[in-house]
Amino acid sequence: MSQLIKLNDNVAHIAENQWAVVQLPPSLVEARKQAGKVVLFKLTGEKTVSEEQLSGTIIPESGKVIVPLSVFIARKAQLQARINAGEIGVWVDTHEVLNDLAEHQADLNQLPIIAIHVERFADGRIFSLGLLLRTRYGFKNELRAIGDVLRDQLFFLKRSGFDSYLIRADRNAQEAMLSLKDFSAPYQGAVDEPRPAFLRYNRVA
Amino acid sequence: MYKYDEIDQRLVDERVAQYRDQTRRYLAGELSEEEFRPLRLQNGLYIQRHAPMLRIAVPYGMLSSKQLHKLADIAQKYDRSYGHFSTRQNLQLNWPKLEEIPDILAELATVEMHAIQTSGNCIRNITTDQFAGVAPDEVVDPRAIAEVMRQWSTFHPEFALLPRKFKIAVSGTKDDRAVVQMHDIGMEFYLDSQNKVAIKVWVGGGLGRTPILGSVIREHLEWQHALTYCEAIVRVYNLHGRRDNSYKARIKILVKALGIDEFRSQVEAEWAHLKDAPNTITESELARVAKHFEAMPYATLPAHDASFDAAIASNPAFANWAKRSLHAHKTAGYRAVTLSLKPHGKAPGDASSEQMHVVADLAEQYSFGELRVSHEQNLILADVKLSDLFAVWEKARANGLATPNIGLLTDIICCPGGDFCSLANAKSIPIAEAIQMQFDNLDYLHDIGDIELNISGCMNACGHHHIGHIGILGVDKDGSEWYQVSIGGSQGNHASIGSVIGPSFSAEEMPSVVQKLIDVYIKERTPEELFIDTARRLGVAPFKAYVYAKDEVTA
Ligand code: HEM
Ligand code: SF4
Repeated sequence: MSQLIKLNDNVAHIAENQWAVVQLPPSLVEARKQAGKVVLFKLTGEKTVSEEQLSGTIIPESGKVIVPLSVFIARKAQLQARINAGEIGVWVDTHEVLNDLAEHQADLNQLPIIAIHVERFADGRIFSLGLLLRTRYGFKNELRAIGDVLRDQLFFLKRSGFDSYLIRADRNAQEAMLSLKDFSAPYQGAVDEPRPAFLRYNRVA
Repeated sequence: MYKYDEIDQRLVDERVAQYRDQTRRYLAGELSEEEFRPLRLQNGLYIQRHAPMLRIAVPYGMLSSKQLHKLADIAQKYDRSYGHFSTRQNLQLNWPKLEEIPDILAELATVEMHAIQTSGNCIRNITTDQFAGVAPDEVVDPRAIAEVMRQWSTFHPEFALLPRKFKIAVSGTKDDRAVVQMHDIGMEFYLDSQNKVAIKVWVGGGLGRTPILGSVIREHLEWQHALTYCEAIVRVYNLHGRRDNSYKARIKILVKALGIDEFRSQVEAEWAHLKDAPNTITESELARVAKHFEAMPYATLPAHDASFDAAIASNPAFANWAKRSLHAHKTAGYRAVTLSLKPHGKAPGDASSEQMHVVADLAEQYSFGELRVSHEQNLILADVKLSDLFAVWEKARANGLATPNIGLLTDIICCPGGDFCSLANAKSIPIAEAIQMQFDNLDYLHDIGDIELNISGCMNACGHHHIGHIGILGVDKDGSEWYQVSIGGSQGNHASIGSVIGPSFSAEEMPSVVQKLIDVYIKERTPEELFIDTARRLGVAPFKAYVYAKDEVTA
């Protein structure tokens, strides 16, 4: 069965996965990609991915593929025809910087899908990244969570603007879907509902 | 105090169901240990030495009689008939069963309580001054905005999994009693030149292994923007705080790494997008919540009460208690009362179910059915008439709640330490008890005067040892338990971090070490000086010289 949950008009269902995720080849030098250091990367412009990895990434010749942000940036010219054809999506790791994507792809909505990859489920950067893509960068197409995606984070992912969730292979996606409905009237405004409870309801003292 | 409407109630009810299912999946093996960990932590459940420990939220320290009765019943039914009030104004149960937590939560939900975000890497319970709303030096009652912030932070989707825990404190008094400079975010409310409520915002304070006082990130923030401004701060932290090393993951480390100016400019850049967004607090929402914190229906009373004055004059024990335990009140004829959870020789902050029932009854009868928990781990009746104080004292005394040591040496702040906590280097409760027994003489305690002694069983600093006038820290040396002593720390507007006096001591030495520190103070003090003043004036040297001269003196 498919591990993909998609949200259409706020209704969740299991969907077939049409997108293949392209991985970077493993690096020979240890990646310096920890949070905190990102602050430094931003200031110094230091790269987290090597040239060999970029050129060594194997992108399938055809079909819908989601490529790593760094590969997308480095090899955009080569992919342009397929981008125009709507066959290319981009995935972003939680330590990466969204501005890098926006700088190289002025119209994000030319991409049918953006995925955020979370290495460990407890890495909450994914929520801020989703929110920023939706609210700051105006991304309207499919926003997918990939990687260590588990049931108990789904409600938060949904509120942060994700509408597609690729549940980790060893878990039951059908059951996981239930957690999208954990809370019916959350307090704070977020991406899925910008108004906080005090604007949505007539709350009397 | 705040009362739930349908929306609040639905949320805690849905939380019970959610957590029940998470517990079921864990017990059925569908969630690994590692996956369940953040889920249970965000529900205040630690797995400790003997058993799980459950931390129940007491938002900004306020409780109703009904809630305290319920807590007493829960402690009796699911635990060993006592609970521990913590330095973050919450209640902890030391012996609940993991399988029974969902049932405990269901019971809590019936009295508008929960354990949401009392632990874990998320925004924790917001703390404030235990005298909020009644203190004469209060400029702004911070509780309504604290409640608005509680709601905003509850299950905040973007901040569900931060790099590390995140603590916010608010205060609205001239004399800070909420230790705002020691929090990830501290908010000091004041009236600006237009006489409007404004907030001075501090960021990046914290204790733990790297104690740092917060820096001011904004001198003036209009109250409407409290949520969006915090959102900007926490977002910058969430994206850039370190996640590779949990000891370096607090916001204080990020603020220090970037420098407050760079950090501020990132926050301001973020806030430029958020200012005036829908999460901006409206006048009507503030008014709705503030209604719950309106002044109590006080009687009009004279400033003095003859029966109270007579009791003070004729009963020295009552007078002693009154001197330490009563606090000035905004309203004539009323006092706030601290009930001591620090009887000599007992674990600081512990209260039995029976005591909780007694305090709940006292609150019901004499203090409009409400009470507060202080970060010094005592209980407070905020609104008692002068004429009722004697009756309150008699009943409190009969139940071990009237030790007249508030603010004195034996009013020790102490973490659970090695008796309960698996992170501990050393036990802390027995040290507190031994010191209390060493100084079990009230006249002497009164002579020593105001002093704060804080004990933590390890550098995580749950017992606030850095900001104790005397701070004691459990350390591990080759597998045995030792204690490092510092002096000169303090909370409040002139918060400071204590200086270590020298090599650490064994548990047996501790009462006499404290005795020696006090001896130096008594010998050196000027008539108007408290311990902290003498310690600040003289520095560590004379204390150190006397304490470590031990061997020659006894030889
Ligand atoms: C028994 C189980 C407990 C465990 C395992 C525990 C764990 C910790 C840890 C790991 C820290 C350091 C976090 C950091 O610096 O990032 C910490 C800090 C703290 N804990 Fe606890 N704690 C426990 C109980 C308590 C209790 C009972 C209290 C209150 C009496 C408390 C209040 C605090 C406070 C005030 C801090 C300092 C906060 C700061 O650094 O700003 N903890 N705790
Ligand atoms: S200070 Fe250390 S020993 Fe004490 S409760 Fe905190 S973690 Fe445990």
